[in-house]
Amino acid sequence: MTTTVLEPAIHGDRVSLLRVLGPAHVWALGVGIVLVGEFTGWNFSADKGGALAALIVCWIVGLLYTSVAMIDSEVTSTVAAAGGQYAQAKHIVGPLMAFNVALFLVFAYTMLEVSDAILLGDTIVAKAGVEGLTHNSFIAATIVVLAWLNYRGVLMTLNVNFVITAIAYISIVILFFSVSPWTQGAVLKLNELVTPGNALPYGWIGVIAAFQFGIWYYLGIEGTTQAAEEVRSPARSLPYGTMAGMITLLIAAAMTWYVCASLMPWEYLGITYYPLWDAGKLTGSPLLENLLFIATLLAALASANGCINDAARAWFSLGRDRYLPSWFSAVHPKYRTPYRSILFLLPIGLAFAFIADLNQAITFSILSGVLQYTFMSINIMMFRKKWPLGTIRRGYTHPFHPLPAIVLFCLCVVTFFAIFLGFGSQLIAMTIFYFLISLWFHFYRYKFVRRGDQFTMPWPKPQGY
Amino acid sequence: MSRYTPPEQSKAGQVFDIVVVVVAIFVALWLPLKLGLAGAAKSIDALDAKTWEALGQNPTMAAIWEKLGYTPETAHDIIQNRFHYVIDWPTLIIMAAVLIGYFVFLFRASDREYRDVINEKFNDK
Repeated sequence: MTTTVLEPAIHGDRVSLLRVLGPAHVWALGVGIVLVGEFTGWNFSADKGGALAALIVCWIVGLLYTSVAMIDSEVTSTVAAAGGQYAQAKHIVGPLMAFNVALFLVFAYTMLEVSDAILLGDTIVAKAGVEGLTHNSFIAATIVVLAWLNYRGVLMTLNVNFVITAIAYISIVILFFSVSPWTQGAVLKLNELVTPGNALPYGWIGVIAAFQFGIWYYLGIEGTTQAAEEVRSPARSLPYGTMAGMITLLIAAAMTWYVCASLMPWEYLGITYYPLWDAGKLTGSPLLENLLFIATLLAALASANGCINDAARAWFSLGRDRYLPSWFSAVHPKYRTPYRSILFLLPIGLAFAFIADLNQAITFSILSGVLQYTFMSINIMMFRKKWPLGTIRRGYTHPFHPLPAIVLFCLCVVTFFAIFLGFGSQLIAMTIFYFLISLWFHFYRYKFVRRGDQFTMPWPKPQGY
Repeated sequence: MSRYTPPEQSKAGQVFDIVVVVVAIFVALWLPLKLGLAGAAKSIDALDAKTWEALGQNPTMAAIWEKLGYTPETAHDIIQNRFHYVIDWPTLIIMAAVLIGYFVFLFRASDREYRDVINEKFNDK
């Protein structure tokens, strides 16, 4: 993973972000953000519906995210600009939608970063086993150090992510092959732990409820598009990195479920914060236990690192387009990073890390993620309608349209219902927030936005306008 | 169509807008936590007999619980802490109405703004 010439991306006559990233960085950004979901979070779906429900949603939600990756690859390989889905919304739906999408992204990633920091702090405290030791200092150190790393430069940030994500991923593979997955009874005891009597303790309503945390298996893979303006060849690197990331994650999710469900009862699996670390402990191997402990920390670090990167870029884009005060659009003269956005989001992340617990922070993130996926399913339909195939150059064209969009939309509706079963009031509160802030934007803030400048792609006029 | 020139925002105005956004974020995320609205309905279905058998755990499961450091007494509150899924129809209808209303407003208002953007972008040339 080397870079040759560090050429600045041109955006008007201002100092802009550097085009230094390749497909490996895109993979590291996407998988780095998401892989922590295998180390914690996905297992809460077992709490919601039992071990079998966790497996069912692993595959069905995998389908949801495959649709996301397919749709996202087509649109992003065509609209390659910082902000990812934000830039897509700006060009396809309109400024207000873009403003909302950017907020979805910032909330989803900031709360994911908060979840990562809480996980890291709790894991260290659990390992230390010292009475009176709290996770607060570890949380603060994690968020501040990673923000500093992001402040210093995107290339260094994502090089670090590539290494630690690869180590965390390899640890899952090592665990999987260390427990003789081809035989039952020696180490793994799936047949005795997942029985016809306890596989679906709540029946099918539990399976639907499990969708809420099933999202956590893959939440954030769409973050690959945030680096669009810093990738050397967006049309090639973004679809390649995103699809490779999705395949990587599907394999990791299946291995994780199989090992964990074969090593611990579903009631415990559903409440532990460290399912893979616990799996390492239950193998009886100190080596695996320590490896999974370190991998849990690395996965949390990689995810938080990627989240800070993505949230800051979405916020930066809002400032650059004057959807928010343009003060946020400053790029560091030396490091070429959106440093004011990074610094602005730092205290917000810290504050929520101290007031929310892990599954609340995860739910905040999931809520914004699902709102965004709902948008994506409609966005691709509008994209194909406004610029049918052949009218503009696409880096990648996803197959079976409109099937992925319909699947995505239907699964989003199911997930909203799943969230309603646990966090309905939260969902209503957040939607009302988005509605009110949209009114603020539409009737007040939009007056500061330059109209024609919002459309920067060299495309023909959209059909129907 | 004449090109729209937005007003320059003063520094004080920018600071005010930043404050508005920060306050809105904290109210939306923090208030439901403070009011205890976040979290699913779970409650413990208590059992009198606290044995692995009564808790529905077979010998393999019991051995794992013990390896994890639990006894039937300490595991009781984990195993018996269950969801009670009840569909509250009025809340579900409110949630659906809020979500649909939000998306309808979003797409309609966005479309109005988008027409300005397209008109200025393509009709200026």
